Amino acid sequence: MEALQKSAREALENHKAKVIIGYSEGSGGRMRPIFVQSPAEAEKLTWNDRCTQNLAVYIAKPEVQKLGKPALVAPLPVLRAVLQLASENQIKEGDLLVLALSDGRVTELSQFSEMEEFVAKTPTHLASKDQEAIERLEKMTPQERWQYWQSELTRCFKCYACRAACPMCYCSRCTVECNQPQWIPVPAHPLGNWEWHLMRAMHLAGRCVSCGACGDACPLDIPIHLLTMKVEADIHREFGSQAGMKVQSEHALSSFKVQDKENFII
Amino acid sequence: MQKRSIRRAQINVLLEKLLSLHQVIYAPQKLGNQVDFAPLRDLQDLTLDHIQTVRSAKAALFPPVEELLRYQRAGVETELQDRDLTNLAEQVLFGTRPCDAAAIAPLSAVFTTDDQDAIFARRLERTTVISVSCERSDGDCFCTSVGVGPGDSRGSDLLLTRLQDDEYLAEILTAKGEALLQLAPELFGPEPAESKEAHLAKVQKRFDWEALHDKLAGAFDHPFWLRTALACLGCGACAYVCPVCSCFDIQDEGSQKKGRRLRSWDSCGLALFTLHASGHNPRSIQSQRWRQRMMHKFSYMPDQLQQLGCVGCGRCSRACPADMNLIEQVENFLFA
Repeated sequence: MEALQKSAREALENHKAKVIIGYSEGSGGRMRPIFVQSPAEAEKLTWNDRCTQNLAVYIAKPEVQKLGKPALVAPLPVLRAVLQLASENQIKEGDLLVLALSDGRVTELSQFSEMEEFVAKTPTHLASKDQEAIERLEKMTPQERWQYWQSELTRCFKCYACRAACPMCYCSRCTVECNQPQWIPVPAHPLGNWEWHLMRAMHLAGRCVSCGACGDACPLDIPIHLLTMKVEADIHREFGSQAGMKVQSEHALSSFKVQDKENFII
Repeated sequence: MQKRSIRRAQINVLLEKLLSLHQVIYAPQKLGNQVDFAPLRDLQDLTLDHIQTVRSAKAALFPPVEELLRYQRAGVETELQDRDLTNLAEQVLFGTRPCDAAAIAPLSAVFTTDDQDAIFARRLERTTVISVSCERSDGDCFCTSVGVGPGDSRGSDLLLTRLQDDEYLAEILTAKGEALLQLAPELFGPEPAESKEAHLAKVQKRFDWEALHDKLAGAFDHPFWLRTALACLGCGACAYVCPVCSCFDIQDEGSQKKGRRLRSWDSCGLALFTLHASGHNPRSIQSQRWRQRMMHKFSYMPDQLQQLGCVGCGRCSRACPADMNLIEQVENFLFA
C-alpha cells in the first residue's frame, strides 16, 4: 500500500500525471474509485481483493479527460484493458501512465512495449470461481444451458451497469441506442434482454479482457461476465489470440486469412 | 386504526388464504445470494430476516415493461385498442419495509397528478400492502433523514411489527387492512400490551432534507456536481432499484400494420435520456445527469408535487457499481 501511495505521490510531484485514478475504501465495505489530484491525497489510495472495478473505463469519460493526463492504478485486467484500447486506436502512446500492481510491487509503465512485456510475464488465467462456473455451463446440455440463461437473462432490467462498467464498451452510441432502424428492442422483456446480452457478447468477442467488471456491476447478480469470458476463451483456443496482450494484435473477428477454416459455413 | 396481534405461523396461514383466493403475492425471497421481491409460490421461500431487498416493490405497481395499447391498420384508419384493465389481478405486497410503503405516495403523485394514469390507478386500487417494520438497519439506510421511519405506517394497509420471538403487533390502517382482518379474524389476537417503539431499528438521522432542498434551489451551476460525479459510470442501476424513480420510455413494437405500444423504465442517468433528434443533448456530460437525479428528488418533486422523491431506503447506494453513496453525496453537498 505504501509503495502504491509513494509511486502515486511521485507521479504527481514530478508532473508525470495530473490525476491518479485508483481505488479507495468506500462505504459499507465497498471499494470506490478515487481521482487523486494532489500528492497529499495519495494516502487514500489502497488496493485489495475487493477492487473489482476496471478503472480503464474512466479513460473515455470527458470530465475525467479534462483533469489532464491520468495515471491508472492497474491490476492485470486494467493493464490489459489499456493495451486493448491502444490496439483499437482509442489511446495513443503517452496518453497515460500505468502504476502496474503485482505481488505487492508497483511498477510505473509509460510505454506500451513495457506494458506488453509486463502482461506477457503475468499469468492471465481466470479466477477459479469463474473457471468453475464456465466448466459447469460447458457440461450442461444445450437445453439446460438455454434454461439457465433464460432464467438469468429474464431477470435483467436493462440498467446497463454491465455496459457502463466495461472499458471496452466505449462506443459513443451503442447499438441499443440506434433507433433508425431499431436493431435491439429497448424494453427489458425477455427478447429485448436476450438480444442485448448476445449482441454485447458478440461485440466483445476477441476484445474482452476477462476482468469480470460487468458481472460485478450487475445489481441483480446476473453472471453476465461468464458469457464474454467464455467467448474470449473460445477465441483464444480457436484463433490463438488473446485480448489485451499486444497493441498490434489482429482482431480475430475482423481480420481475414485465406487459410481460415470455413467448415462452419453450411 | 385498530391494533391486534398475530403470530408468525398465523401470518403464513393468512398468506396461504390469499394465495388460495388467486391473489398474486409479491414477497421477499432468497434468490441466489440476494433477497428480492418476487411473486410468492411457496411459503418456504419467504424470508423476513433481511434488512432490505435489492429491488423495491415498485415493479408491482409500475412494471419494467408494460403494454399500453395495440394498434392495427384498417384501410386508411388506424384502430387503437386500449389495454383491458378488467383482468388485472388483485395483488398483495407483503414484507415491504415502511420506506417502500412510503414510496407509494410520491409514485402515485407522478402518475395521478393532473392526469390519471388509468393502468397505474387501477393497479393501485387492486393492491393491498402488508408491511413489516424494520428491526435492523445498515449504514445505507437513512429513512429518518427524509421524514420516514422504521415503523412508519404511511402507505401500508396492514403494518406488522415483531415484538417477541414470533409475536407481531398488527396495525390495521385502512379499509383494505380491515378486509384482511375480516378475511380471517380468527388468526388475529387482542391488542398486545407492549408498544412497537422499543422494537424498531435505530436509524440515525444523517441530514436535514429541508436544508438540502433549500440549498439545491440555488445550486444548479455549483462546481460540486462536476467534482462529485467523476466516478459515476452513467448506468441506471440507482434509478431501477429506487422505489420512487418513475421515468419511462414509450416504444412501439410491431410493423406499420399492427403492433403494440409499450412503456418501459428509463433513467436520467443514461446519456440517451435527453438526447434530441437534432443530436443536441442538453445534459451532455454525466455530472449534469447526476445533478438532475439529486435535483429531481430533493428539489423539483417537493416543489411541484409536494412529495420528496426519496424515502431513504438506501438501495441506490447498495446497487451503485462505483459506490456513489447518497448519504455521503448529500452530506458533502451540504458542506460544499
